[in-house]
Amino acid sequence: MEQNGRAENAVVVRNLVKVYGKEKTAVDHVSFSVKPGEIFGLIGPDGAGKTSIFRVLTTLLLPDGGSATVDGLDVVKDYKQIRNRVGYMPGKFSLYQDLSVEENLNFFATVFDTTVEANYHLIKEIYDQLEPFKKRRAGKLSGGMKQKLALCCALIHKPVVLFLDEPTTGVDPVSRKEFWEMLKQLKTQNITIVVSTPYMDEANMCDEIALIQSGRLLSVDTPGNIVKSYPEQLYAVKADNMHKLLKLLRSYDKVMNSYAFGEFAHVSFKDPQVNISEVTDYLKQEGLADIELRTTAVTIEDSFIKLL
Amino acid sequence: MKQFVIFIRKEFAHVLRDRKTLLILFGMPVVQILIFGFALTSEVKDARIVIMDQARDAASRQIISKIEASRYFEVDKTVRSNQEMKEALKQGDIRLAVIFPANFNYDLVHQNDARIQVIADATDPNNATTLISYINAIIQDYEADFNKTNNVPYRILPEIRFLYNPELKGAPNYVPGVMALVLMLVCVMMTAVSIVKEKETGTMEILLVSPFSPLKIIVAKAVPYLILSLVNVVTILLLSVFVLDLPVNGNIFLLFAESTLFIITCLVIGIFISVKTNTMQVAMLISLMGMMLPTILFSGFMFPIENMPLPLQLISNVIPAKWYYIIVKDIMIKGLGLGAIWKETLILAGITIFMLVISLKSFKIRLS
Repeated sequence: MEQNGRAENAVVVRNLVKVYGKEKTAVDHVSFSVKPGEIFGLIGPDGAGKTSIFRVLTTLLLPDGGSATVDGLDVVKDYKQIRNRVGYMPGKFSLYQDLSVEENLNFFATVFDTTVEANYHLIKEIYDQLEPFKKRRAGKLSGGMKQKLALCCALIHKPVVLFLDEPTTGVDPVSRKEFWEMLKQLKTQNITIVVSTPYMDEANMCDEIALIQSGRLLSVDTPGNIVKSYPEQLYAVKADNMHKLLKLLRSYDKVMNSYAFGEFAHVSFKDPQVNISEVTDYLKQEGLADIELRTTAVTIEDSFIKLL
Repeated sequence: MKQFVIFIRKEFAHVLRDRKTLLILFGMPVVQILIFGFALTSEVKDARIVIMDQARDAASRQIISKIEASRYFEVDKTVRSNQEMKEALKQGDIRLAVIFPANFNYDLVHQNDARIQVIADATDPNNATTLISYINAIIQDYEADFNKTNNVPYRILPEIRFLYNPELKGAPNYVPGVMALVLMLVCVMMTAVSIVKEKETGTMEILLVSPFSPLKIIVAKAVPYLILSLVNVVTILLLSVFVLDLPVNGNIFLLFAESTLFIITCLVIGIFISVKTNTMQVAMLISLMGMMLPTILFSGFMFPIENMPLPLQLISNVIPAKWYYIIVKDIMIKGLGLGAIWKETLILAGITIFMLVISLKSFKIRLS
């Protein structure tokens, strides 16, 4: 099991079940494993059970069924050791708002029995951006800055596994992009990162992803494989009246799947050899104009919708 | 150890950077002591009275000058007729009328049976009783002087001594009460709120997922409030000695030791509340309603416990403030030592240990 002092898999989850109250199953027999040093993404909408899985893995909640290990340690039995080894960034900004940037960082470094200096190389790139504001109280930082500070605080003790629960929710697109760049950087430090996000477009930044919905895993694979395994050819359609277009597509007997996707509608057909011009003609007959129909690349979101 | 120190420093930063907390923490004891000391006192000072002196002789004048010299009374005016006196009392700001009949001195010297009529406005009965007893004291005082000079030792006068508080000042009663109240409020509410705040803002989640054990979190949370509360004890004692002229008659170190015990009791109750609640509002409400009210009702400092029905008397036994109140009164005012209060100390320690055990038992090392 142990290899060079590290477990074969950084995280292993087997048939994990978490039930709240009597009925509400938040996590329903979930299994996956995360290899050391990879970025693993847990992707699904709000309420899919992502936070519950994170809390079980960070030893904050007890599972109601199944088992899980982090760095080879059992989340129930060995919770004390796990708490020494992981970094955790909860979904909500959870630092001390009335302490300054510097004080927060020092506090968490000391609580984890280390110093800021000892692991400064880990956070240097991120902290450089915070440096000008180091005397500012954490509560007065912008959303993106808060996330960066929270990441620094979660990293300062050089965790073996870093758990980031929806780190980019509520953060502007530029900061989101920067945030993911930082995670890529951290990979080179050999830190395993488990991250959750409701944004499908962020899935491609992960080495491996698990699509989750209503507590159940839909698929676990690399983003590339998930996209590749999409069974049909996908088309994007646009017309002058989108509402009518969607209605028509839904009732059209040749269509397998159709749904709005940005300014287009994505469609797949039952017959792989479908005649595109036939479809265009049909839509024209029904009174639509400016019809644009072309093949399109499958995205994670398409796969997610397909798997639902 | 280093972790401990930085945690306590962080806790101090929370308190010292929040003006509202600071105000509650240090303003409240001062305000309460001053309010109880000067506004809510049962002493009556400068009560306005009228005098109807129909005698106008040596004896009546001497008594009137004694009344005027007393700081409890302020002679508003001298009236001449019953009608005038009634009018004066009706106005409402006159509390008392003293009437000397004609031939007062003659009756006193020759018949040994002089009378003075005292009419009190009894709309506030407590007030009236107090004033009557003051007047009585003045008259008796005069009588004693009179008997001494005239050598007619007919009368038997009761010698009453008010032990520990000869002047019947209000301060000896409420300073221990305010101490109990302030410490209860500060310790219970502040600790409960500060722990629940971490739960509410989510920092507790991060702290739990750290090598810092939950037990240490709790202890580190309690230490700053222990120190701040001791500062409060010092403030209250300084105010009581220098502003209210109420000295500490007993051993000051014993007083501090007992206060520390009571503070720990309160901290443990605060921790218990924080374990059982999840929002600051609920924690604050429980601390206020669940702690302040019983403290005021059952500590004996506002309402005498002996006069309560038996069930309430029994309830008062589980209120830590009651025992602390007795202890402080015994040390501060009666000047007694540990020999007199060991029973109360043991009860207080017992409550503390009991609360500590159940809060540690119910403390969660995980969420929910």
